[in-house]
Amino acid sequence: MDSLAIEKRTTMDKTFDLAKASVRELNQFLHHDLAGSGIKHIDVLNPNGSHSIAVGVNHAVDIDIRGQGGYYVGGMNKFANITVHGNVGWGVAENMMSGSVRVKGFASESAGATGHGGTLIIEGDASLRCGISMKGIDIVVGGRVGNYSAFMAQAGRLVICGDAGDALGDSLYEAVIYVRGKIKSLGADAQQEPMTAADHAAVAELLKRAGFPYDPTEFKRVASARSLYHWNADANQEY
Amino acid sequence: MCGIVGLLVKNPAMRGRLGELMVPMLEEMASRGPESAGLAVFTDRLPETDRKYSLYAPAWDYDWAPFEADFIKRFGTEAQMAVKGNHAVLTCDEPADAVKAWTRQNYPALHVLSAGRRIDIYKDIGHPADIAKRYDFPKLTGTHVVGHTRMATESAVTPDRAHPFTAGEDFCLVHNGTISNPFMVRRKLEHRGIRFETDNDTEAATRFLEWRTREGDTLEQALRKGFEELDGFYTFLIGTDNQLALVRDAFACKPAIVAETDDYVAISSEFRGLAHLPGVNDAKLFEPMPEELYVWTV
Repeated sequence: MDSLAIEKRTTMDKTFDLAKASVRELNQFLHHDLAGSGIKHIDVLNPNGSHSIAVGVNHAVDIDIRGQGGYYVGGMNKFANITVHGNVGWGVAENMMSGSVRVKGFASESAGATGHGGTLIIEGDASLRCGISMKGIDIVVGGRVGNYSAFMAQAGRLVICGDAGDALGDSLYEAVIYVRGKIKSLGADAQQEPMTAADHAAVAELLKRAGFPYDPTEFKRVASARSLYHWNADANQEY
Repeated sequence: MCGIVGLLVKNPAMRGRLGELMVPMLEEMASRGPESAGLAVFTDRLPETDRKYSLYAPAWDYDWAPFEADFIKRFGTEAQMAVKGNHAVLTCDEPADAVKAWTRQNYPALHVLSAGRRIDIYKDIGHPADIAKRYDFPKLTGTHVVGHTRMATESAVTPDRAHPFTAGEDFCLVHNGTISNPFMVRRKLEHRGIRFETDNDTEAATRFLEWRTREGDTLEQALRKGFEELDGFYTFLIGTDNQLALVRDAFACKPAIVAETDDYVAISSEFRGLAHLPGVNDAKLFEPMPEELYVWTV
């Protein structure tokens, strides 16, 4: 290997140590300097629960966050593949457009909120309101999800390998939820439906993407009964 | 938004470092509550007959000598005063009711922030980092500590409305959230002769829970009654003589995270408040669930 090739390989990687650089410096690099730099992989060290790490990325790049993330890790992500080697705070991958975010630990509240696309994988548990108002994102949770998950979820798939908390899928639109474990309670207008061949195929593909070893036939399907889609004058405000 | 932090040291060798470990927690949570802060620290227990009172004066250069002289004259007892600017800890063998009533009547500008055999309270307005420096928080020692950084929603920004709030003896509470029925709770308690000192919603929650424990409930039973009686959003962290307790309301929209090791239990609104603690990345880390009780005993 000639010296030029070695030079090229080492310049494809970059490290940001958040004990020395600020999150703002990291994000400014990602937004303004990454394009055309040839960098394909970034390590983020000492995240220590800082907020807004790697938000608004607009390029295909692999980012490894080595530790605990704070709020909004990978928010608004487009194209990047982000891995958090720890837990994350609220709103991981909120409003993600494409690409992927993988959390090796657990995720706090509102994981994947309002996400339009891409894949969010949480290997541990997700807290309350996972997938709230999701709009096309796919979310795969290895553990359980907390109460009010997929509240007003509009499009996309939420796969839950563990149990689901109270009011799952309350006021659901067209997103579909697959649950392997127990459902504590369904929210208003959410209903369990039979799994079709297409559902099994969808779950199998999502589990494969996440790398989880479960059998798609163990999952239940929850979707909207669509009874809240139209105003019902006879309901007397009771649903 | 507010920040809550708590630390209970299981390893007796770490009790001398309680303040030093706590201060970065408080400072990191300053962005959640930059306008006032406070903490309650539980120190060595006084003898059965003795009590200590944390007092707050309206000025840093307040002259405490007349208060001390009048107190000794009135009660005819020995009293020790440890003064730190506008705060003082009065130690004596007089009961809380007598001391509070006499102070209210004779020194109405002073606030009695706490009473008990173990608890000291410091709270003030200003940036939490400045408050930590002002009252030498890094030097505090003890078994457990409860702290708060405040961003006010429900009442004015004044030292007496900063957290922790106290009621009874060796009982304090910090709160992130908003109680929506504090005046209903207050009217119920005032009928039973319980006196309020501010218009703050958290004071109502504190006095309700402490009243339940005086009526014979365990802390756990009191907290379960709280789930029924206290309407609103809350993460509460409660410190008593020998316990720390953490609860979140059913909607759990106010955060908290716990790190537990063989040496300590640490609680913070966010992980970044815990990031500096020794061994935290190997700790058992978890989020408290809604309407579950988390209680640790010293």
